Amino acid sequence: MARPRKKRNKEIFALGNEAVVEGALLAGCTFYGGYPITPSSEIMEIMAQRLPLIPNGSFIQMEDEIAGLGSVIGASLAGRKAMTATSGPGFSLMQEHLGYGCITETPLVIVNVMRGGPSTGLPTSPAQGDVQQARWGTHGDHSIIVLSASNVQECLDNTIEAFNLAEKYRTPVILLIDEITAHTREKIIIPNPDEYEVFNRIVPTMPPEWYKPYEETVRGVPPMPAIGSGYRFHVTGLTHDTNGFPTSRPDEVRELNERLFRKIDQFLHDVQLVDEVDTEDAEIVVIAYGTVARSAELAVKQARDLGVKAGLLKLSTLFPYPRKATERIMAKANTLVVPEMNMGQISREVKRVNNGQVSVRTINKVDGQIITPAEILKVLTRV
Amino acid sequence: MKNQPLDRFEVRLSGLGGQGILTLGKVMGGGLALGHGYFVTQTQSYGPEARGGASRSDLVVSSNVISYPKAESVDLLIALSQEACNMYYRNLKSGGLLLIETDLVKQPPVNQFIGLPFTKLAKDKLGLPQAMNTIVLGAATYLLPFAQQRTMRKNLEEVLPPKILDINIKAFNMGFREAKKNFGDPEELWKANSVIVSDEEADYDSI
Repeated sequence: MARPRKKRNKEIFALGNEAVVEGALLAGCTFYGGYPITPSSEIMEIMAQRLPLIPNGSFIQMEDEIAGLGSVIGASLAGRKAMTATSGPGFSLMQEHLGYGCITETPLVIVNVMRGGPSTGLPTSPAQGDVQQARWGTHGDHSIIVLSASNVQECLDNTIEAFNLAEKYRTPVILLIDEITAHTREKIIIPNPDEYEVFNRIVPTMPPEWYKPYEETVRGVPPMPAIGSGYRFHVTGLTHDTNGFPTSRPDEVRELNERLFRKIDQFLHDVQLVDEVDTEDAEIVVIAYGTVARSAELAVKQARDLGVKAGLLKLSTLFPYPRKATERIMAKANTLVVPEMNMGQISREVKRVNNGQVSVRTINKVDGQIITPAEILKVLTRV
Repeated sequence: MKNQPLDRFEVRLSGLGGQGILTLGKVMGGGLALGHGYFVTQTQSYGPEARGGASRSDLVVSSNVISYPKAESVDLLIALSQEACNMYYRNLKSGGLLLIETDLVKQPPVNQFIGLPFTKLAKDKLGLPQAMNTIVLGAATYLLPFAQQRTMRKNLEEVLPPKILDINIKAFNMGFREAKKNFGDPEELWKANSVIVSDEEADYDSI
């Protein structure tokens, strides 16, 4: 949360959506393709201003979100770091191409500024209803990384992180923020180039004639050349063999599908980002993400003042669900409280990990309003 | 940072769409965050609103990292329309200060308030009604015990395009001057409303 203040860092007073753009540009994003939608539009507007000013920067508004993500996949295959941003209805349209990004192992970032749903829902109100959709929205069994951000600085930091994870694991990464964080202005610190890490995809170094596009590697992530760099490869949404051509041989199909999971699952410690507040001696721990985590943080502080041993586990990574961190909390706490602006999407994961060991309380709100600290405090003090 | 310690000081700017409420929030928040070095969160009403509808912008100012970003119990309520004053008066915490546009808020809900005819000032003295929000900024800078005129003006110079800078600096100075002339010593004002934030006051009376 709080970063040490240094004089030489540039500080700006910015919206969450602006911070996403700053983070993307710091991470090396040079392509944005998409279609504007409330409450994510500022991301696209600012990208349209900024990208033409940087070397090789391209911005394109497509005819809809389907084509938007399609253009992002194309740009990424051509060697660019690419992203798009959308909200609920647009995210639904993107699900087809999201699966295509998964099976072709194309690094890309989708920012979904969540608004009330289902369907057109509440265009200008916050919600957290797209959590399970981000995980399971596209068809077929697949692995994916889903991050969230709870304040404006995290919008910047986690966008950089999203690009890094996408490049490192050759996978689409989804960043979920909600309308409140997207439209809150805060002072943020733009990190200097030596203060953050940028990961670029590994490109093949062997002679082009030896290159096998989907060959097994130790990390499970094959090197990825840019289209036009001299390496030949075939890109298809069909299940493919190591050469990239369609196959239905069970051994090759199994190998591909298992690798797609393994490449992320064997590096969970690198992917699963959480923050803990006052959890050392906590008996009751709130598990929250997004703006609700900020309400929870104030509620925990107020509960501590009232003598309740409360703590907070703030999730920056939502999927793969941070099981280890939750289990560590459960070893000491006897109650978990999961407040969400939906009818219980992360609490499903918490309950699955918990498996009946400790008591899990949920606070669910779907009226287009944020969960207030008072609502969480009521549960913390009553338990 | 030479600022005084603060724990969740909340300002709500409210009025009609078209009065420049959102710009005012952005400029004031930027000044307090970047110029003064406070932690500030600025949120605003967001919806299918047009000119003439209700408009609101909230600032939370603190010396510490701000957890909950929305305003809950407001220390300074600035109401530039009757409708806004009626709607948000209940969010003003006891002892909070109410600043109104005296020509547009004809029926203040309490006797304890301070006000200036901001729109009239902008029209008569500057000939530019749009500069009204900057006059409010000047007056608010005078009222806020932790805001400094010079820092706020410097921030204004940084964020405004050169074309409209001069008139806005004029408006800012006029707001500050008029407030000084009409409201008296701000410390006395806050003391009279007993709202200067101290450690004892940092309890959560809103809950």
